Amino acid sequence: MSTVDTTAAGQAPATVAEAGPAGWRVSLRNRLQQLLAFASLIVIFAFFSVASSSFFNYGNVTNILFSTVVIGTLALGTTFVIITGGIDLSLGTGMALCAVMSAVFITKWDVPIGVGVVMTILFGGLLGLVNGVNVALLKIPPFIATLAMMLVAQGLALVISDSAPIYFNDDLAYTKISTGNLLGFDFPNAVLILLAATVICVVLLNKTILGRYTYSIGSNEEATALSGIDVRKWKIIIYALGGLFIGLAGVLISARLGSAQPGTGTGYELQAIAAVVIGGTSLAGGKGSIVGTLIGALIISVLNNGLQIMSIPQEWQSVILGLVILVAVYADMVRKRET
Amino acid sequence: MDVTGLSTQERPRYLLEVDGVSKDFPGVRALDDMHLTLRHNEVLALVGENGAGKSTLMKLLAGVYTPDRGSFRLDGRPLRVSGPKEALETGISIIHQEFNLMPHLTVAQNIYIGREPRVGGFLLSERALNRRAQELVDRLGLPLDVRRLVGDLTVAKQQMVEIAKALSYDARVLIMDEPTAALNDAEVRTLHDLIRRFKREDTGVIYISHRIDELKAISDRITVIRDGRYVATLDTAATSMKEVISLMVGRTLASDAKPQNVRPDREVVLSVRGLSTKELLKDVSFDLREGEILGFAGLMGAGRTEVARAIVGADPISAGEIWLRGRKVHIRHPADAARLRIGYLSEDRKHFGLLLEHDVSTNITLSALAERFSRWGFVNAKAARGTAQRMVGSLKIKTPSVSRATKNLSGGNQQKVVVAKWLVKECDILIFDEPTRGIDVGAKEEIYRLLNDLAAEGKSIIMISSELAEIVRMSHRVVVMTEGRVSGILDHAEATQENIMHYATLRPDESAEDAAELGLVGARAVPPTGAAGTDPEGGQR
Repeated sequence: MSTVDTTAAGQAPATVAEAGPAGWRVSLRNRLQQLLAFASLIVIFAFFSVASSSFFNYGNVTNILFSTVVIGTLALGTTFVIITGGIDLSLGTGMALCAVMSAVFITKWDVPIGVGVVMTILFGGLLGLVNGVNVALLKIPPFIATLAMMLVAQGLALVISDSAPIYFNDDLAYTKISTGNLLGFDFPNAVLILLAATVICVVLLNKTILGRYTYSIGSNEEATALSGIDVRKWKIIIYALGGLFIGLAGVLISARLGSAQPGTGTGYELQAIAAVVIGGTSLAGGKGSIVGTLIGALIISVLNNGLQIMSIPQEWQSVILGLVILVAVYADMVRKRET
Repeated sequence: MDVTGLSTQERPRYLLEVDGVSKDFPGVRALDDMHLTLRHNEVLALVGENGAGKSTLMKLLAGVYTPDRGSFRLDGRPLRVSGPKEALETGISIIHQEFNLMPHLTVAQNIYIGREPRVGGFLLSERALNRRAQELVDRLGLPLDVRRLVGDLTVAKQQMVEIAKALSYDARVLIMDEPTAALNDAEVRTLHDLIRRFKREDTGVIYISHRIDELKAISDRITVIRDGRYVATLDTAATSMKEVISLMVGRTLASDAKPQNVRPDREVVLSVRGLSTKELLKDVSFDLREGEILGFAGLMGAGRTEVARAIVGADPISAGEIWLRGRKVHIRHPADAARLRIGYLSEDRKHFGLLLEHDVSTNITLSALAERFSRWGFVNAKAARGTAQRMVGSLKIKTPSVSRATKNLSGGNQQKVVVAKWLVKECDILIFDEPTRGIDVGAKEEIYRLLNDLAAEGKSIIMISSELAEIVRMSHRVVVMTEGRVSGILDHAEATQENIMHYATLRPDESAEDAAELGLVGARAVPPTGAAGTDPEGGQR
């Protein structure tokens, strides 16, 4: 490639000048869904603030943030999986299993809390790794592979715990992971952890080769492979990464409850996926964002909280959430058709 | 410029050699004892009909497949690549006809995918990436904004991204598959310019194209392949393009099988006027008469399948009219087409034509189930089986029983099941897309006989085929397409393989002068638009 340097000097400045506004326009368009989601969040928030006097105050806002933590953590990790064009249905029961494992490590095996937390997160990573191997190497469709894992995790959680909750009565320090106030005032640690996890994910998705290949695989898997990238390896890594967040969510939920509840978990996967989708990530793969996912998770908890405060029955909350998902996805499709 | 460090005498004679390479796929020999040599500092054109084995050869060189027999040599040394990455690293860059780009990533991200500049091993440096990509496209003189999303670019610009990506590797051998298929003349010149600049003492280009007219401009030698075999290599300067075409087409056909033209007084059953789609089709007009087999010829991507899909309402049309027996119809959905008795038999039977897991009877009666084989929503299985039985008998479908799953039938018999389905639906216009693809030679004859019988019964048939021999043998008239347009409608006497190939490789803006130059006479281009109502073929005989 050493022969054709002739044009560089003359052309470079012009092209760069041209690139400026175009690049800016592109990034704006990419952010549009995020802006839309963010605007919806503000509107919903404003609506409840007006509709109910007990909605907008420090205590309730903190409450909303606190209740976003578990769904948010699961949604962050699975955003990567969904951008590759995959799906993970084992988020919820996997989280329950991780919670049980955390309780086993800490209360039964008497592992130091810090070590127990790390082991739990790694255990979640292991679940994701198995999903990744099933999807990438055995070529089982992600929906089926993770459905199977969902059932396996559900069963194992019950078997290991003898179908009974395990309490962290002697390890109150463990519960501080979620409920403590590291900042010195009433602001739960779990929210700080969620924010830290968000920052990590933003960096991973936008600034690392992992993120680049995540988009690349979702955009055109065949082309990615033909570009010399080991798609199988990266898919396994991405599912395993999602798994680490399942483990983290297991820690956060059991710390918050002060116990591991083996029978819970089902339903969380769909809420997490809903958060990702509301945040503008395409289930077809190739596009999506972490900040969008966080906003999506916040929209879900604001809705749940606000409707509860307005004493709307739980059943109706579910109906409204369903409608919100439809509207969010439809708005995204309309926008795409226009561009 | 450092070459290989070897003097000219010591240097191996060829840059790339393909020596006796064969590759089998289940039921098909895609490549049979293939030979090919690429010299240093050369553009070698590789030509052949659809299915001649060009893409298989490329996939072997890319390391996607491994050859069953034979070997490759690069600079005299054995070349064995086990995957796309290795091929790229050894210096073999391939630009596929279908782009291998990630639409959601930017130009720079696409070019350097897998080789991103990193900080500390894992973190990306977007700034360094964009700078490097900008340097590359500037050096190549490509008007690309490296920060744009590839999905937002025109096809021509996407092609440039592919080229920049290929050249960003230290490519020794650059293989381009139909690189100009989507480019206009100015873009073609830019591309050829790029190729000439790339060509050096230590590199070479294999240029695969159907565009016979381009080969003169860009290639040094031309290698012709046919049916997976090597045919000949010619010096471009000393060769007439007519010679190349006749080598490509090769086999001579028994002419006794030729049908007569359908009498012009038969009713025009389907009349398509000015059909256009957003993506590809431009102003497609033709008539189909009762009892006629109208062949659709053209190269891959010319828009033949798209015409069929537009007619049956599978794809939206942006302009144009469809008249059925003198009545204007609006077909918005394949169900509308079926109601109007137009059946489309997809080239991909297994995906779009058959329920493979289900039995012959279910498949044959599927389309007409609601109107003929059910009452109050309950299926009348006995009537369905009876009808299926009759169709199996009349079309000579070889199956032990109508309850056999269609996946267990041979390709030819599967095709007949699809035909039976549309006959049961009482379709009188049948659109066959590659009716004999994946069907072995003996069964092909049966399909041909079936097509002739159907036409003799007064059914009207559109037959899309990439096999010129098939088109020439079966068609009463031939519509030739290029780049979404009709480039010629040939009646039977004119429809020779050479003529069809000429029209199929014509750029749409080329005039009839080229036809004269190539010594092709008698063929005439389609009149421009506005022919609605008049019959462009009528009154000729």
